[in-house]
Amino acid sequence: MTLEQLEVGETGIVKEFTDLEMSVKLMEMGCLPGEAIKVSRVAPLGDPIAIHVSGYQLSLRRFEASTIVLQ
Amino acid sequence: MKAEIRVALVGNPNTGKSTLFNALTGLNQKIGNFPGVTVDKKTGFCPLPDGRRAEIIDLPGTYSLYPKSKDESIVFSVLAEKGSDLSPDLVVVILDATNLKRNLLLYTQVADLKIPIIIALNMMDMARKAGIDIDVNLLAKRLGVPVVPISARKEQGIDDLKKLIAYANQIPLQTDSIYVNALAPALIDDITEEIGASSPYFALQLAHQHEHLKFLTTEQSNRIEELEKKHSFHSQKAQAAETIARYNYINDVLYDTVQTPQTAHEESLSNRIDHILTHKVFGFIIFMMVLLFMFQSIFAWSAYPMSLIENSFVWAEGALRDILPPGPVADLLVDGVVAGLSGVLVFIPQIAILFAFISILEDTGYMSRVTFMMDKIMRKVGLNGKSVVPLIGGFACAVPSIMSTRTIENWKDRMITIMVTPLVACSARLPVYTLLIALVVPNKNIWWIFNLQGLALTGMYVLSLVSAVLVAFVMKFVLKARERGYFIMELPVYRMPRWRNVGLSMFERSKTFVLQAGKVIIAVSVILWVLSSYGPGKRFEKIEQKYSQPQFTQSMTADSLKRVISTEKLENSYAGVLGHVIEPVIKPLGFDWKIGIALITSFAAREVFVGTMATIYSVEGDADRIDSVQDKMRKARNPNTGQPAFTLAVAFSLMMFYAFAMQCASTVAVVYRETKNWRWPAAQFAYMTVLAYTMAFLAYHLLK
Repeated sequence: MTLEQLEVGETGIVKEFTDLEMSVKLMEMGCLPGEAIKVSRVAPLGDPIAIHVSGYQLSLRRFEASTIVLQ
Repeated sequence: MKAEIRVALVGNPNTGKSTLFNALTGLNQKIGNFPGVTVDKKTGFCPLPDGRRAEIIDLPGTYSLYPKSKDESIVFSVLAEKGSDLSPDLVVVILDATNLKRNLLLYTQVADLKIPIIIALNMMDMARKAGIDIDVNLLAKRLGVPVVPISARKEQGIDDLKKLIAYANQIPLQTDSIYVNALAPALIDDITEEIGASSPYFALQLAHQHEHLKFLTTEQSNRIEELEKKHSFHSQKAQAAETIARYNYINDVLYDTVQTPQTAHEESLSNRIDHILTHKVFGFIIFMMVLLFMFQSIFAWSAYPMSLIENSFVWAEGALRDILPPGPVADLLVDGVVAGLSGVLVFIPQIAILFAFISILEDTGYMSRVTFMMDKIMRKVGLNGKSVVPLIGGFACAVPSIMSTRTIENWKDRMITIMVTPLVACSARLPVYTLLIALVVPNKNIWWIFNLQGLALTGMYVLSLVSAVLVAFVMKFVLKARERGYFIMELPVYRMPRWRNVGLSMFERSKTFVLQAGKVIIAVSVILWVLSSYGPGKRFEKIEQKYSQPQFTQSMTADSLKRVISTEKLENSYAGVLGHVIEPVIKPLGFDWKIGIALITSFAAREVFVGTMATIYSVEGDADRIDSVQDKMRKARNPNTGQPAFTLAVAFSLMMFYAFAMQCASTVAVVYRETKNWRWPAAQFAYMTVLAYTMAFLAYHLLK
């Protein structure tokens, strides 16, 4: 299951990444393995999404969210 | 002014770094460029309690030393280049206390470069409000560096920070964060030995970033490349391992120094605001309302100060005429310099209001929500959510907006944004539009609240956005992508705007406009006055001779004779000749040779149009009656038909031309500077000119 499949309000724990290049960027922004991510909202047109991670809000596209595998 | 100690400010975006910079340096700051790159360099001086002065360098906000964009790449080179006139003696890392974990990543990277370091813990008041409890002393002990809690916004703790800067250690005392050598042991040893590095982490950073570092020689860079191959170094894998190690260390540090409650209070408020502002329906409606309100306000609020400025110039022109003896000197001063000057100063209210709005939108965090909402649409047309900021900034001025595209990481997205940004109706077009709209659109209200003139103006702005989007869509298929695009962006918590920052931005922008555009406009006004007051050969003398013959002096009144003479003189002046040369080309657009003169001068800068019109019609009108430009243009007649020269069709055709043509020397220059290739500004100039001609042609023939 990936982050992209979560509904608004649901929480997941990061397990791993499917894309090395993207993972470097995501981890710098605090999306690390073991970290809890909550989907806080979806943009009006369905993409991108906003997530709550390590104490702040981050927005990313659905494709980027699909590279984050959850536990 | 030599400073005794040089301090670099480093921190994440949205941590209040600029506010701290303002608090430390006050008005004692200047904006320049970092050598060799076009990244804004903000420096300022700060008096220290021991009587010395510190030079403060504000480095671009970044989340890590690994750059994602052009702006961010400057941070490591400034910190790393030893012995340059920028290399800091001390680094102040500013951390957002409400989000320490992510903020500390950058701190640990900078700390490992082994430069003396101080932590300024900002937004302590907000952290406290959110129930976050930070043991500052224990944090300082763990990290081995001084930590000072501050509130940059309320200017609290600034004196403590100044004291710490004054009495800072000259040697780095921070404790090691991670065991850097473990990431690439042999490579770090080899680089340290062959190239030289002040710390293992510095050597590792050289391995990652050597291609972009200007202070390395080509041989050094090539040698590092060889060493990387020898030790099979994989940059991205090493970065991933490093980031994980750093966050492990940060978790250890924060474990007993920071207590965070389960749900933060402040954030839930921000969440509730987001529910409305990024709502499926209301989100877009609110965004449209914000834009509409912005442009209506620009019109409404600037009306009074503008007429004040205009009237005082009409008065000044009259006073000058009374004082000075009539002759070429008085003409030059009144019709050339003063007319040009009034054309510049009258737009200060509009520009100040526009920049106040943009600064408020950015400061509150609303701009990043707009980015969030618009990303999907923008991506469809080949742009990027982040293109919204340059495009909206384009309403003010294309030059800083094109520079702000550096935050767009993707090459293709960035190029398309640069290519279409000048289409957005910038503030230099505003004077042209307001003048022409006031001339041909009645000042009436429909549906009680919408002013017709305001609607026409809003229409021009909407048109500019639509055309930018359409052109971007075409370019999406023309340009080839170089790398994958991505969109990982922080949505900062909503905050009240900092009015001091808003005020500073209004002041700075208006000043820049007057000094930069003003110089061009006044120079053009004077040149124009000369060109329109003198003619080639003996043409002027012949006109004088012709009209001194009795058949004219007897049949006409002195006033009308004077007008006929000056009209004929203008037509035969250098400017008139030039206008006539291009008249056949612009005639299909409904323009005569006088407008032709304005088009030529406007290729330096669009706002020159108003000054040109003022000059041309002052020269033509009789000197005793002094009107504002608008009145002068309203009275202008087409000499062939006797009808007003500025009809609805001509005015809208002109507006179309100004909407699409690349009439701005500064933009051409900045596009070249940002793309480093003349093909880009050349292509831009060409496509915009073709568009301008076509649209003006259509407008004229449809409205005629």
